[in-house]
Order: sequence, then structure tokens, then C-alpha cells
Amino acid sequence: MDVQMWTYTIVGATFLLYIAIAIWAKAGSTKEFYVAGAGVPPLMNGMATAADWMSAASFISMAGLISFMGYDGSVYLMGWTGGYVLLALLLAPYLRKFGKFTVPDFVGDRYYSNVARTVAVICAIFVSFTYVAGQMRGVGVVFSRFLEVDINTGIIIGMCIVFFYAVLGGMKGITYTQVAQYCVLIFAYMVPAIFLSIMIAGNPIPQLGMGATGADGVYLLDKLDGLHAELGFAAYTSGSKPMIDVFAITLALMVGTAGLPHVIVRFFTVPKVRDARISAGWALIFIALLYTTAPAIATFARLNLIDTVSNQSYAEMPEWFKKWEKTGLLAWMDKNDDGKIQYLGKAANGGDAFEGGKPAFTKQTGEYGQQLMSNKPTDNANELFIDNDIMVLANPEIGNLPNWVIALVAAGGLAAALSTAAGLLLVISTSVAHDLIKKQFNPNISEKSELLYARIAVAVAIVIAGYFGINPPGFVAQVVAFAFGLAAASFFPVIILGIFSKRMNKEGAISGMLAGLIFTAAYIVYFKFVSPDMNKPEFWWFGISPEGIGTVGMLLNIAVSMIVSRITPEPPQEIQELVDSLRYPKGAGEAVDH
Amino acid sequence: MEKGKLQEYWKINLGYLIGLLIAWFVVSYGFGILLVEPLNAIKLGGFKLGFWFAQQGSIYIFVVLIFVYVSLMNSLDKKFDVHED
Repeated sequence: MDVQMWTYTIVGATFLLYIAIAIWAKAGSTKEFYVAGAGVPPLMNGMATAADWMSAASFISMAGLISFMGYDGSVYLMGWTGGYVLLALLLAPYLRKFGKFTVPDFVGDRYYSNVARTVAVICAIFVSFTYVAGQMRGVGVVFSRFLEVDINTGIIIGMCIVFFYAVLGGMKGITYTQVAQYCVLIFAYMVPAIFLSIMIAGNPIPQLGMGATGADGVYLLDKLDGLHAELGFAAYTSGSKPMIDVFAITLALMVGTAGLPHVIVRFFTVPKVRDARISAGWALIFIALLYTTAPAIATFARLNLIDTVSNQSYAEMPEWFKKWEKTGLLAWMDKNDDGKIQYLGKAANGGDAFEGGKPAFTKQTGEYGQQLMSNKPTDNANELFIDNDIMVLANPEIGNLPNWVIALVAAGGLAAALSTAAGLLLVISTSVAHDLIKKQFNPNISEKSELLYARIAVAVAIVIAGYFGINPPGFVAQVVAFAFGLAAASFFPVIILGIFSKRMNKEGAISGMLAGLIFTAAYIVYFKFVSPDMNKPEFWWFGISPEGIGTVGMLLNIAVSMIVSRITPEPPQEIQELVDSLRYPKGAGEAVDH
Repeated sequence: MEKGKLQEYWKINLGYLIGLLIAWFVVSYGFGILLVEPLNAIKLGGFKLGFWFAQQGSIYIFVVLIFVYVSLMNSLDKKFDVHED
């Protein structure tokens, strides 16, 4: 079978599986719709959390990003895993004991205030939409590269699938689909990684292969550092970002992870408090499997890439090079007319190969058959453009793996994107149907019509997300910093203080949230949108980039909350008792609707 | 449940949290970021130690920390009779 047939078969089979699960797990009540009836076994919840968490970006882009960033890429590895320690120790068990449906529920009840609830709802919706647009785009990209359908058609197919199982099954449908999606995505990620590790390092475990020696007896990482020095790139194993920024970004990502509503809500779905603790542990094991493999893939792919292209003649490039050239993820501009590919970093007179960021092909081919571009060449000697995403997507071809592996990677990318999109859409619909309609506008609404509103809200959210996927706002990449920054500066402190400080009152919480949010948003908007040309280390405060500023926002939030709460009246007695009752597991019933 | 006992339970829990969070901080921010340069002078097979902590080691230890907390709390819950069912 050729790649195309394999891809249709495997992707089709996984889609049928997701639909079958959706029909089996149809939600009958709001409790099933919002929190899967709080009956998900912890191991499965861990898997579902892992799939929920690992998005198209984790699956497709992360290894490539690390491959180009070397040590600096560690911010993503530590930042996107360390947050689970905070979740397991500081949030999940207490929120499960609280036993309601959503994060705004907690904020609204703990701070006895509808203002606080509303701020939380707006943050939850904003953070989730930011994220979901990127997922829909990811679905479209995978479809267009592997099935050669138009990106927009791909997005519409993806929308239909998510529509089916999210609208029908709610959290229950989503959870069990995510369990299946985790299995698909991790299998699809590991198979090529293991093949590559055997090929390059002679060790079937990629995590060990990364630290092993190649065929020539030199440690792979040492060899890579040597090649980098030779070609003028910063050393692979030591970074070029300032230490304070690495520190701030890592902390903002960790705290942001622990504050993301679609992650937190997963811990409302388990039956008991102790299940909430351990399911964070399972989730991190399942996530760590991919996150410790990614840096290995990054190392192998980087070596392989340099080996294959550096100073080699274009005519001898393997087939995958030309195939991916067509997608615009690779481009070669023969600036010195020698027919060979020069791939050089800044220290060896390298840099961007041409102006304009992305290659603009003229559809004509040059002397050696390469795609010509209308971009203006830069005056440095580097001739190669490579997109981060190619590292994972092209891996099976680079490694000469069988066709079914290539198809598997397509199915894995789709599973990663769809599972995350579904989790986010559910947060949006819950925020609208439960936190806004039921809690703010119409408290007497019947369960049946609340469920109907929730389903309508999912449907509307899918359509909006699809629209953003088809017409991506130019700022999708920029707003990811936003999502984490805002989660770090708003939700995380407000929840932690609500559990660990009995004295924290609504005045403190609201002013803290607003201070954190406004500061973080202003800093990001200023450097990303108002004056992007000032987005350089010399203008940043304390050398902290917009990606890491959520850390400062969080500290500001905590400081303001503490001060304001000390000079305003303490919270009512029943709230202090509520906080006491959060602190021990006994008596955690099933999640209840007020 | 009795107030004094609950306070004691909470105090022990906070003690566990502080200990585990110190470990969490040391392996990631300490070994992986602040001390990465000096640790890189030590080699662990083909890995420089600081680099290994940043890209592998800290993640393994995160997993261990969560399971340690789970088992500490499960026995603490039983000891203070605040466990479920």
C-alpha cells in the first residue's frame, strides 16, 4: 500500500473509533456533561489529562523547537511538566474536595462574589479560545500535508468529528475519546523515535540513545556541539538566552499550566480526593513519556539534518528533502551558485537565508531543480530555510521508515489536536451554560434546558474555533504567551490563596486578579503589538521577555491580594469553615450541583 | 472533626508540601537553570549533568515527587481518620 492509502485507512479507523466511543458514552445529565459524572477511574483520567494537555504544538512542533534551540528549549520541557507537581500538591485534591463543576464556580463561591466569578469566566473563555484556534489550525495542517486535501476542508472534517463527540457526549464522551487518542498519539510518537534511536545510537530507548555514542564512537551530544561550533550555531548543550529569562519563562509556563481551566477541570471528574492526587501522577507519567522522548528526537533530528544537508550538493538530496520543499517547510536559495547547500549560523556569517520569514515560491525551478523564491536574499552566507515542524513530521521519511509509520504520525498529530480542542471547547461551553446562564442570568433553569444550552454552546464554540482555524488571526503564535501569562497571573494565585490563606477575602482576590491581569496583559500587548521592534532584551524589564512576564504578574497578584486583604474585613465565618473543610478529604461527596 | 487534630493534620501536610516543593525547585530551577554551568562540568555518560537535569532528570524527579506525596498523604489520611470511605 502507498502512503496515501495507509493514511486514509489509519486516520479513518481512528475516527470511527472516536465516533463509536461517543455513541457509547452519551451524556444524560449536566453532571455527566460537565464532569463525566465524577466517575472516571484515576488511571484513565491521567491518560485523558495527558491527551487533553498535549496539543498539536507538543506533538508536531516541540521537538523541532528544541532541535533548533538546544538547551534553551528546556524551558518547554520543564515548564510544561513541572506544573503537574503544583497541581498534585497544591490544587487538585482541594478543588476535588470542593466538588463543584468549574474553576469560576470555585472562585465565585470561595470569594462570595459574582464580580470575582465574572472575571474568572472571562479569563477562562479568553484563554480557551486562544488555545483552540491553534488546535483547529493544527488539524488543518496535518490534513493538508498528509492527505493532500485543502487546509480548509481538513478543518471542516475536524470540526465535524469534534462536533459529534463533544456535543453528544460532553465530558464523558470527551474523556473516553481522549483515552483512545492518548494511545494513538503516544504510539505514533514513540515508533519513529525508537527506530531513529536504533539507527543513530544503536539503543532502542530514545531517552538513553540521546546520551549514547554514534557509529564513530563519539557521544552524540559532543558531536552536535562540535558541528554547531564549526557551522557557527550557539552550542547545543548550553543556551544563549539570559538566565533570568529562562527562569521566568519556565516558572510562567509551570504556573500557567497549573492554572489552565481545561487542565484543572479534569480533576473534578474523578470519584475521590485521593484519586485526584494520584491521577495527577498518572497524567505526568503519560506526559513525561512524550516529553522525555522529545529532546531525544530533537538531538537525533538535528544531527541527521546537519549530516544530510551541510555542504552537500542539492542534486544528491534524498527524496524527502524535495517533497518537503514543496510544502514550503524547507527552502534552499543557492546564493553563491555552487549547487551545494550552505547551512550556517550567526557566528559563521549565517542567519536568515532570505527576507520575509516564509519562502514565497515563484513556481519556477532553478538549475538544479530547486524551487525558486521571490524573497529578497539576505547578505549572509546561509542558504537554507527550515521550519521547526518538519523535525517530527518528516522523521519517518528521514529514517526511511515503512509507509504505515508515516500514516501513523498523521493519525497521532490529529489525535493530539482533536483531544486538546475538545477539552477546551468543553470549558467554553461550561463557562457559558453553567457559569453565565445558570449562575448569573437564570438560576431557576431546569437541568434539561441547561444541558441543551451547554450543547448549543459547544456547537457555537466549534464553529467560531473553526472560523479562526480557517482565517487564522496573524497573532496566534503570539497569543500563546498570553494564555499562559494570564493563567499564571490570574487563576493560579487566586486558587492557591483561596485554599492556603483563610484570611483571603473577596476584596483581596479581586484586586489581586485585576492587578496581575492588567499588568501582564499590558506588558505583552506593548511588546507584541504596540511596539514589536522594541521586543528585545535591552528594553525588557529586568531582562524578562513577554513569554516570562506571567511570573512577575503572579508575584504582583499575590502581593496585592495579601496587602488588600489585610486592610479590609475578614471573610464571613461560613467561608472560613468552607476553607477548613477543603483541607481534609473526608466527606468529599460526588460533584454536586448546588 | 476535632479542631486541634485538624490543625495538626494540616501542619504535617504543609511540612510535606514544603519539603517536596524544595526538591521540585532544586532539581529544575537549581540544577537545570541556576547551577547548570558548574554541573555541566560533570559528565553522566554522554550527557553534561546540568543539561541532563534540564531536559530529562527534572521530569523524572517530578513524577517521583507526586507519587511520594500521594503515598505520604494516603497514610496521613488514615492516621488522622480523614480518609474517604
